[in-house]
Amino acid sequence: MGAMTLEELRALRASKRKELSQRDAGEGVTQIIVGMGTCGIAAGAKETFHAIVDELAKQEISNVVVKQTGCMGLCSSEPSVEVLKAGMPGIVYGKVDDAIGRKIVQKHILKDQLVGEYIFDKPAADIMK
Amino acid sequence: MHASVCDQLHDLVQNAIEAGASCVRVMWRDTGRWLEICIADDGCGMTAEMRERVADPFCTDGRKHPGRRVGLGLAFLRQMVLETGGSWNLESEPNMGTTVSFRLDQTHWDVPPAGDVVSAIAGLMAFEGEYDLVLTRATSRGRYEVRRADLREALGELETATSLGMLRDYIASQEEALQKGQNHGRHDT
Repeated sequence: MGAMTLEELRALRASKRKELSQRDAGEGVTQIIVGMGTCGIAAGAKETFHAIVDELAKQEISNVVVKQTGCMGLCSSEPSVEVLKAGMPGIVYGKVDDAIGRKIVQKHILKDQLVGEYIFDKPAADIMK
Repeated sequence: MHASVCDQLHDLVQNAIEAGASCVRVMWRDTGRWLEICIADDGCGMTAEMRERVADPFCTDGRKHPGRRVGLGLAFLRQMVLETGGSWNLESEPNMGTTVSFRLDQTHWDVPPAGDVVSAIAGLMAFEGEYDLVLTRATSRGRYEVRRADLREALGELETATSLGMLRDYIASQEEALQKGQNHGRHDT
Protein backbone atom coordinates (compact mmCIF):
# COMPACT_ATOMS: atom_id res chain seq x y z
CA MET A 1 0.00 0.00 0.00
CA GLY A 2 1.31 3.46 -0.90
CA ALA A 3 1.33 6.59 1.17
CA MET A 4 -2.07 7.83 2.32
CA THR A 5 -3.22 10.96 0.48
CA LEU A 6 -4.88 13.94 2.13
CA GLU A 7 -8.10 12.98 0.36
CA GLU A 8 -7.91 9.54 1.99
CA LEU A 9 -7.23 11.23 5.32
CA ARG A 10 -10.38 13.35 4.92
CA ALA A 11 -12.37 10.21 4.08
CA LEU A 12 -10.94 8.44 7.13
CA ARG A 13 -12.03 11.35 9.33
CA ALA A 14 -15.54 11.22 7.88
CA SER A 15 -15.82 7.45 8.45
CA LYS A 16 -14.49 7.74 12.02
CA ARG A 17 -17.06 10.40 12.77
CA LYS A 18 -19.86 8.05 11.77
CA GLU A 19 -18.56 4.93 13.48
CA LEU A 20 -17.64 6.41 16.85
CA SER A 21 -20.19 6.90 19.57
CA GLN A 22 -17.67 8.17 22.02
CA ARG A 23 -17.74 8.57 25.74
CA ASP A 24 -17.66 12.05 27.21
CA ALA A 25 -15.42 12.96 30.13
CA GLY A 26 -18.10 15.04 31.85
CA GLU A 27 -19.30 18.50 30.90
CA GLY A 28 -17.34 20.89 28.70
CA VAL A 29 -13.97 20.31 27.16
CA THR A 30 -11.28 18.91 29.41
CA GLN A 31 -7.68 19.85 28.69
CA ILE A 32 -4.58 17.77 29.36
CA ILE A 33 -1.40 19.80 28.89
CA VAL A 34 1.99 18.10 28.74
CA GLY A 35 5.13 20.16 29.46
CA MET A 36 7.46 19.73 26.50
CA GLY A 37 10.45 21.91 27.33
CA THR A 38 14.01 20.56 27.21
CA CYS A 39 13.55 19.16 30.72
CA GLY A 40 10.30 17.40 29.88
CA ILE A 41 11.59 15.92 26.63
CA ALA A 42 14.74 14.65 28.37
CA ALA A 43 12.57 13.00 31.04
CA GLY A 44 10.31 11.22 28.53
CA ALA A 45 7.42 13.66 28.00
CA LYS A 46 7.00 12.55 24.38
CA GLU A 47 6.27 9.01 25.56
CA THR A 48 3.90 10.39 28.22
CA PHE A 49 2.06 12.44 25.59
CA HIS A 50 1.60 9.42 23.31
CA ALA A 51 0.52 7.19 26.21
CA ILE A 52 -2.19 9.68 27.19
CA VAL A 53 -3.41 10.00 23.60
CA ASP A 54 -3.42 6.21 23.25
CA GLU A 55 -5.34 5.69 26.50
CA LEU A 56 -7.94 8.32 25.54
CA ALA A 57 -8.40 6.54 22.23
CA LYS A 58 -8.71 3.15 23.95
CA GLN A 59 -11.32 4.55 26.33
CA GLU A 60 -13.08 6.23 23.37
CA ILE A 61 -13.17 9.62 25.06
CA SER A 62 -14.07 12.41 22.66
CA ASN A 63 -14.19 15.70 24.56
CA VAL A 64 -10.65 15.87 25.88
CA VAL A 65 -7.97 17.87 24.12
CA VAL A 66 -4.31 17.05 24.62
CA LYS A 67 -1.79 19.85 24.20
CA GLN A 68 1.95 20.26 24.39
CA THR A 69 3.43 23.37 25.92
CA GLY A 70 6.91 24.52 26.98
CA CYS A 71 8.56 24.22 30.37
CA MET A 72 6.01 24.63 33.18
CA GLY A 73 8.69 25.17 35.82
CA LEU A 74 8.67 21.67 37.30
CA CYS A 75 12.04 20.69 35.83
CA SER A 76 12.96 18.47 38.74
CA SER A 77 9.67 16.59 38.49
CA GLU A 78 9.28 16.06 34.77
CA PRO A 79 7.39 14.90 32.84
CA SER A 80 4.72 17.26 34.12
CA VAL A 81 1.07 17.22 33.12
CA GLU A 82 -1.66 19.74 33.89
CA VAL A 83 -5.32 18.67 33.86
CA LEU A 84 -8.10 21.26 33.58
CA LYS A 85 -11.54 19.74 34.03
CA ALA A 86 -14.84 21.49 34.68
CA GLY A 87 -15.96 21.18 38.29
CA MET A 88 -12.50 20.24 39.53
CA PRO A 89 -9.49 22.34 40.53
CA GLY A 90 -6.67 22.65 38.02
CA ILE A 91 -4.15 19.96 38.88
CA VAL A 92 -0.47 19.68 37.96
CA TYR A 93 1.02 16.21 38.11
CA GLY A 94 4.77 15.52 38.17
CA LYS A 95 6.89 12.51 37.24
CA VAL A 96 4.21 11.26 34.88
CA ASP A 97 5.51 8.31 32.90
CA ASP A 98 3.57 6.13 30.48
CA ALA A 99 1.77 4.17 33.24
CA ILE A 100 0.87 7.24 35.33
CA GLY A 101 -0.34 9.05 32.21
CA ARG A 102 -2.74 6.18 31.58
CA LYS A 103 -3.81 6.21 35.24
CA ILE A 104 -4.61 9.93 35.00
CA VAL A 105 -6.96 9.18 32.10
CA GLN A 106 -8.55 6.22 33.88
CA LYS A 107 -9.04 7.96 37.24
CA HIS A 108 -8.98 11.77 36.90
CA ILE A 109 -10.60 12.02 33.47
CA LEU A 110 -13.11 9.17 33.71
CA LYS A 111 -13.91 9.02 37.43
CA ASP A 112 -13.06 12.51 38.77
CA GLN A 113 -10.55 10.89 41.15
CA LEU A 114 -7.13 12.47 41.66
CA VAL A 115 -3.94 10.48 41.30
CA GLY A 116 -2.84 11.82 44.67
CA GLU A 117 0.76 10.72 44.97
CA TYR A 118 1.78 12.51 41.76
CA ILE A 119 0.20 15.92 42.40
CA PHE A 120 2.53 18.95 42.46
CA ASP A 121 0.90 22.20 43.43
CA LYS A 122 3.56 24.74 42.50
CA PRO A 123 6.61 25.21 40.28
CA ALA A 124 10.22 24.89 41.40
CA ALA A 125 11.49 27.43 43.94
CA ASP A 126 13.61 29.46 41.50
CA ILE A 127 10.57 29.99 39.26
CA MET A 128 8.53 31.30 42.19
CA LYS A 129 11.01 34.08 43.13
CA MET B 1 22.72 15.22 25.34
CA HIS B 2 19.20 14.12 24.46
CA ALA B 3 18.52 10.38 24.27
CA SER B 4 17.49 10.45 20.59
CA VAL B 5 17.75 12.66 17.55
CA CYS B 6 13.95 12.94 17.62
CA ASP B 7 14.11 14.37 21.15
CA GLN B 8 16.64 16.97 19.99
CA LEU B 9 14.48 17.89 17.01
CA HIS B 10 11.39 18.19 19.21
CA ASP B 11 13.28 20.53 21.52
CA LEU B 12 14.48 22.78 18.70
CA VAL B 13 11.05 23.01 17.10
CA GLN B 14 9.51 23.84 20.49
CA ASN B 15 12.08 26.66 20.76
CA ALA B 16 11.00 27.96 17.35
CA ILE B 17 7.33 27.95 18.30
CA GLU B 18 8.08 29.60 21.62
CA ALA B 19 10.00 32.27 19.69
CA GLY B 20 6.68 33.26 18.11
CA ALA B 21 7.24 31.70 14.69
CA SER B 22 4.29 31.71 12.32
CA CYS B 23 6.06 29.25 10.04
CA VAL B 24 8.66 26.62 10.83
CA ARG B 25 10.38 24.67 8.06
CA VAL B 26 12.11 21.41 8.86
CA MET B 27 14.36 19.59 6.39
CA TRP B 28 15.33 16.11 7.57
CA ARG B 29 17.72 14.40 5.20
CA ASP B 30 19.14 10.94 5.84
CA THR B 31 21.72 9.77 3.31
CA GLY B 32 22.69 6.64 5.23
CA ARG B 33 25.96 7.77 6.71
CA TRP B 34 24.98 11.40 7.20
CA LEU B 35 21.93 12.74 8.98
CA GLU B 36 21.25 16.40 8.25
CA ILE B 37 18.50 18.39 9.92
CA CYS B 38 17.67 22.06 9.43
CA ILE B 39 15.01 23.99 11.35
CA ALA B 40 14.21 27.47 10.04
CA ASP B 41 11.70 29.77 11.71
CA ASP B 42 10.44 33.31 11.27
CA GLY B 43 10.24 34.00 15.00
CA CYS B 44 11.74 36.78 17.09
CA GLY B 45 15.37 35.88 16.31
CA MET B 46 18.43 36.69 18.44
CA THR B 47 20.80 39.56 18.89
CA ALA B 48 24.51 39.15 18.09
CA GLU B 49 25.23 39.01 21.82
CA MET B 50 22.72 36.21 22.36
CA ARG B 51 24.05 34.29 19.34
CA GLU B 52 27.52 34.33 20.90
CA ARG B 53 26.29 32.84 24.16
CA VAL B 54 23.43 30.69 23.03
CA ALA B 55 25.10 27.28 23.46
CA ASP B 56 26.29 28.16 26.95
CA PRO B 57 24.08 26.11 29.31
CA PHE B 58 24.18 28.96 31.82
CA CYS B 59 22.72 31.40 29.33
CA THR B 60 19.04 32.05 28.70
CA ASP B 61 17.14 35.11 27.49
CA GLY B 62 15.25 35.02 30.78
CA ARG B 63 11.91 35.81 29.15
CA LYS B 64 10.25 32.52 29.95
CA HIS B 65 11.35 32.23 33.57
CA PRO B 66 13.00 35.46 34.79
CA GLY B 67 14.48 33.74 37.84
CA ARG B 68 16.11 30.92 35.93
CA ARG B 69 19.71 30.98 34.79
CA VAL B 70 20.01 27.94 32.56
CA GLY B 71 18.94 27.07 29.01
CA LEU B 72 19.84 23.61 27.78
CA GLY B 73 18.30 23.03 24.35
CA LEU B 74 21.12 24.32 22.14
CA ALA B 75 23.71 23.30 24.74
CA PHE B 76 22.55 19.70 24.28
CA LEU B 77 22.83 20.06 20.51
CA ARG B 78 26.35 21.45 20.77
CA GLN B 79 27.35 18.62 23.12
CA MET B 80 25.95 16.00 20.75
CA VAL B 81 27.81 17.24 17.67
CA LEU B 82 31.07 17.93 19.50
CA GLU B 83 31.16 14.47 21.04
CA THR B 84 30.36 12.65 17.82
CA GLY B 85 32.39 14.49 15.18
CA GLY B 86 29.36 16.27 13.74
CA SER B 87 28.79 19.93 13.00
CA TRP B 88 26.13 22.54 13.62
CA ASN B 89 25.34 26.07 12.57
CA LEU B 90 23.16 28.90 13.81
CA GLU B 91 21.98 31.91 11.85
CA SER B 92 19.68 34.40 13.49
CA GLU B 93 18.60 38.01 13.15
CA PRO B 94 16.31 39.92 15.50
CA ASN B 95 12.75 40.08 14.15
CA MET B 96 13.74 37.94 11.15
CA GLY B 97 14.03 34.45 12.59
CA THR B 98 16.48 31.70 13.34
CA THR B 99 17.89 28.79 11.37
CA VAL B 100 19.56 25.94 13.24
CA SER B 101 21.14 23.12 11.29
CA PHE B 102 23.23 20.12 12.27
CA ARG B 103 24.94 17.17 10.63
CA LEU B 104 25.70 13.84 12.29
CA ASP B 105 27.91 10.98 11.15
CA GLN B 106 25.66 8.00 11.89
CA THR B 107 28.61 5.60 11.82
CA HIS B 108 29.93 7.21 15.01
CA TRP B 109 29.30 4.96 18.01
CA ASP B 110 28.05 7.76 20.21
CA VAL B 111 25.47 9.29 17.89
CA PRO B 112 22.12 8.78 19.61
CA PRO B 113 19.51 6.63 17.86
CA ALA B 114 17.01 8.39 15.61
CA GLY B 115 14.12 7.47 17.92
CA ASP B 116 10.48 7.03 16.97
CA VAL B 117 10.29 9.09 13.78
CA VAL B 118 6.53 8.71 13.26
CA SER B 119 5.64 9.80 16.81
CA ALA B 120 8.14 12.64 16.60
CA ILE B 121 6.69 14.09 13.40
CA ALA B 122 3.12 13.70 14.68
CA GLY B 123 4.20 15.46 17.88
CA LEU B 124 5.75 18.38 16.00
CA MET B 125 2.37 19.00 14.37
CA ALA B 126 0.55 19.01 17.71
CA PHE B 127 2.02 21.88 19.70
CA GLU B 128 -0.34 24.60 20.87
CA GLY B 129 -0.70 27.65 18.67
CA GLU B 130 -1.42 28.88 15.17
CA TYR B 131 1.99 28.20 13.63
CA ASP B 132 2.42 26.40 10.33
CA LEU B 133 5.05 23.71 10.00
CA VAL B 134 6.35 22.27 6.76
CA LEU B 135 8.44 19.16 7.17
CA THR B 136 10.37 17.47 4.39
CA ARG B 137 11.83 14.01 4.87
CA ALA B 138 14.37 12.88 2.31
CA THR B 139 16.39 9.70 1.96
CA SER B 140 18.18 8.05 -0.95
CA ARG B 141 14.87 6.24 -1.67
CA GLY B 142 12.70 9.32 -2.05
CA ARG B 143 11.10 12.13 -0.13
CA TYR B 144 7.81 13.41 1.19
CA GLU B 145 6.49 16.65 2.59
CA VAL B 146 3.83 17.27 5.20
CA ARG B 147 2.31 20.62 6.08
CA ARG B 148 0.51 21.30 9.34
CA ALA B 149 -2.07 23.57 7.68
CA ASP B 150 -3.08 20.75 5.31
CA LEU B 151 -3.38 18.28 8.17
CA ARG B 152 -5.48 20.65 10.25
CA GLU B 153 -7.76 21.26 7.30
CA ALA B 154 -8.14 17.54 6.62
CA LEU B 155 -8.70 16.54 10.26
CA GLY B 156 -10.46 19.65 11.57
CA GLU B 157 -8.19 19.87 14.61
CA LEU B 158 -5.04 18.26 15.98
CA GLU B 159 -5.97 18.07 19.66
CA THR B 160 -8.19 15.09 20.34
CA ALA B 161 -7.10 11.48 20.58
CA THR B 162 -9.13 10.60 17.49
CA SER B 163 -7.44 13.22 15.32
CA LEU B 164 -3.99 12.57 16.76
CA GLY B 165 -4.43 8.85 16.06
CA MET B 166 -5.34 9.54 12.42
CA LEU B 167 -2.45 11.99 12.15
CA ARG B 168 -0.10 9.30 13.37
CA ASP B 169 -1.51 6.79 10.85
CA TYR B 170 -1.01 9.33 8.05
CA ILE B 171 2.62 10.00 8.99
CA ALA B 172 3.25 6.26 9.41
CA SER B 173 1.98 5.61 5.88
CA GLN B 174 4.33 8.32 4.50
CA GLU B 175 7.26 6.77 6.35
CA GLU B 176 6.38 3.27 5.23
CA ALA B 177 6.19 4.38 1.60
CA LEU B 178 9.48 6.24 1.98
CA GLN B 179 11.22 3.17 3.36
CA LYS B 180 9.86 1.10 0.45
CA GLY B 181 10.91 3.71 -2.09
CA GLN B 182 7.28 4.31 -3.12
CA ASN B 183 7.19 8.01 -2.38
CA HIS B 184 8.87 10.29 -4.86
CA GLY B 185 8.35 13.83 -3.75
CA ARG B 186 4.58 13.76 -4.00
CA HIS B 187 2.77 16.46 -2.11
CA ASP B 188 -0.84 15.78 -2.82
CA THR B 189 -3.85 17.88 -2.04
